[in-house]
Amino acid sequence: MSILITKDTTFIVQGITGREAVSLTRENLAYGAKIVGGVTPGRAGRDVYGVPVHDCVRDITAKTRVDGSVVCVPPRFTRDAVFEAIENGVRLIVVVTERIPRREVAQMVELANLRGARIIGPNCLGIISPGEAKMGGIGGPAEDTRKAYAKGPVGVMSRSGGMTTEIANTLTAAGLGQSTAVSIGGDAIIGSTYAELMPLYEADPETKAIAIYSEPGGRMEAELAEWVAEHRSRLPIVAFMAGRFMDEMPGMRFGHAGTIVEGKADTTTDKIERLRNAGISVAERIEEIPDLIRQRLAEAV
Amino acid sequence: MAGMFIDVKVDAKIASDPEAAKKLVEVCPVSIFAQENGGGLRIVAENLDECVLCDLCIEAVAKGGVEVIRLYDR
Amino acid sequence: MRFYEHESKALFARQGLPLGKSGLARSGDEARRIAAEIGAPVVLKSQVLSGGRMKAGAVKFADTPDAAAKAFDAILPIVVNGQRAESVLVEEKSPIAQEYYVGVTWDGRRKRPVLIFSDMGGIDIEEVAEQHPDHVSKTHVSTLLPFTPRLAKEAVGATGVTGPELNRLTPIAAALVEVFLRYDLTLAEINPLARLDDGRFVVLDGHVDMEAEAREIHRKLLEEIGIRPEETRQARPPTDFEIRGAQVDAADHRGVAGNVVEFDGNLGLVIGAGGGSLTLFDAVRQQGGRPANYCEIGGNPSVQKACELTKLVLSKPGVEKIAVMMNVVSNTRVDIVARGVVKGCVESGRDPAETIAIFRIPGSWEDEGFKILKKYGVEYCDRSVSMYEAAGKAVAKLSAGGTT
Ligand code: SF4
Repeated sequence: MSILITKDTTFIVQGITGREAVSLTRENLAYGAKIVGGVTPGRAGRDVYGVPVHDCVRDITAKTRVDGSVVCVPPRFTRDAVFEAIENGVRLIVVVTERIPRREVAQMVELANLRGARIIGPNCLGIISPGEAKMGGIGGPAEDTRKAYAKGPVGVMSRSGGMTTEIANTLTAAGLGQSTAVSIGGDAIIGSTYAELMPLYEADPETKAIAIYSEPGGRMEAELAEWVAEHRSRLPIVAFMAGRFMDEMPGMRFGHAGTIVEGKADTTTDKIERLRNAGISVAERIEEIPDLIRQRLAEAV
Repeated sequence: MAGMFIDVKVDAKIASDPEAAKKLVEVCPVSIFAQENGGGLRIVAENLDECVLCDLCIEAVAKGGVEVIRLYDR
Repeated sequence: MRFYEHESKALFARQGLPLGKSGLARSGDEARRIAAEIGAPVVLKSQVLSGGRMKAGAVKFADTPDAAAKAFDAILPIVVNGQRAESVLVEEKSPIAQEYYVGVTWDGRRKRPVLIFSDMGGIDIEEVAEQHPDHVSKTHVSTLLPFTPRLAKEAVGATGVTGPELNRLTPIAAALVEVFLRYDLTLAEINPLARLDDGRFVVLDGHVDMEAEAREIHRKLLEEIGIRPEETRQARPPTDFEIRGAQVDAADHRGVAGNVVEFDGNLGLVIGAGGGSLTLFDAVRQQGGRPANYCEIGGNPSVQKACELTKLVLSKPGVEKIAVMMNVVSNTRVDIVARGVVKGCVESGRDPAETIAIFRIPGSWEDEGFKILKKYGVEYCDRSVSMYEAAGKAVAKLSAGGTT
């Protein structure tokens, strides 16, 4: 199994005729995804690599089951596109677009909560269940994706899209495949945090361990640490924390929008301490992750 | 003039055919081709190194009409 | 993006929040004139993007216009947390009966704005929350439902405030929520909000942060307030090198070559993307290297853009070599970056083989990219070499050169 998506997941691409969307459509199809339609207003009747283009989400959901949507439209149209997907019954929405103001992200999340939908992102590369399907630009072209990702027991969550693939690649090279890897997004407010995805991994019998990539800024790691302590998670977690140099430079912005250090709880030092106190192993380097996971798995037996 | 990494050679017949020139201008995503007032083809030298090797120009005209050369391959 | 106090107050004024009479002075004479116009005792406050002004002595009181001019001269040179002021706010001084705190910020966990209110203002709100939790209320605000004042009333009432104070504080707290939502702020704070002896309420000090992503949406407002587009409002003002970095990024819309930050080392970095750059910068330092800069390339920049960034980094005095490194890439193309950095070296009059200490970008179009690097004699590595190891290789080459 996997979480969020399998090879049977049907999805659409909103903004399908845009430059980025065209390539992710081709890459996802080549990786086995079931893309049942695309949306670009005013472009109905065209097709992108055989995927029919429509004006509205409704035109697709009226005829076909649509489990998910990849939203890849410019920032000022993103909120509307996400609302359109949610109100037409789509339940899994991957928002690729970056530079969306926080208020609009909060609005999307609030509507998704009301309707029982889930948002991944914004500012993310999407989801991959290796050997099953992928949804979003994660991993790039299908042949590159196959080099970096392999099916296996490790769930991956990362605030950086690029580092999702770097970590998966390191795991794969060490013989540890992944159940599902999620690029959760680099913004200060995102649809699904580590702690919010944990129950899904927890319920997936194939996931045996978790690897996460994290950064300065925000309280997401604290939330994960609390969740793990409260729920006595069966899954060993290994975390990697980037941006340690930022602790010395509060108020400066490096990396993603979400990384700015606003208070003591945002620093990597504080986060590492919280994670460790919750029993989460913190790797000093990416290449230590596979060994740490093996160690933790061996301890668990 | 060639770029540092890429050169594009166009068959003389294609270069003087306004229809073919128009097509090449259309397909190239990095504007390596331009059309002269008279309709003939001009290569935009400063854009050559931006070539993304998509082969769209090669496919747009008769076989052998356009050649994209990777200068670092030699 | 942080606003100065006087800019924050200009924004508050638009929402009808109550403010004392004030003016911005850039010289002692201006301070004297403003104090005379106010015609009452004044307070002078250094305009810096940082807290701790009172402690640093950058806030002073003056009873007469002449005293105001003197206070101006005393305040202006004071450096507050590394920040030097260019102006001083001269404001009417009012007799205070009680101080309150009102703030709105994002709660990243609840993913909603939260209105924070306290009837113990004037001091650090975190401290109040710890020591007097019953005097601080936190009220979450919907971003979908229209905001109505009853939430503000509940926020105020939750700390035990009642009577005419409740009714006067409610619209103030509500107005602050509206400012916060309307202008895409990440923080809007009034501390303290004062109740004067005569019962009126006045915003004594306040500050706001606007989300960088929203600058474009509020361009007109920023223009009116006097915040120029090139002002980064980071914790320190941008250096010349950083401004040129922003220009390289803005000159070409294809991909990103941005967020250039200057450091004083000898190893130039051409690194990416968001998370990769953070990881690589740490790795270089852990390997004992001294980075000359931070930067983020990504989103598949053009050859031209990668080339210009390389030239910029190489132009920085003290840069001996550069390291070109990223995480495994899927969108950015290895061959395009390779062309850009090689070209950047050549156009800077440097030999790429000598100048590029290491090239570690595995991923899409890597075979094509490696061919280019081979041809120019540049040392590169594929995904079997970790980011940390690659950083080590780069650092080793610098030390081997006999420097540091
Ligand atoms: S290969 Fe593509 S980018 Fe290169 S010249 Fe031809 S059309 Fe332009």
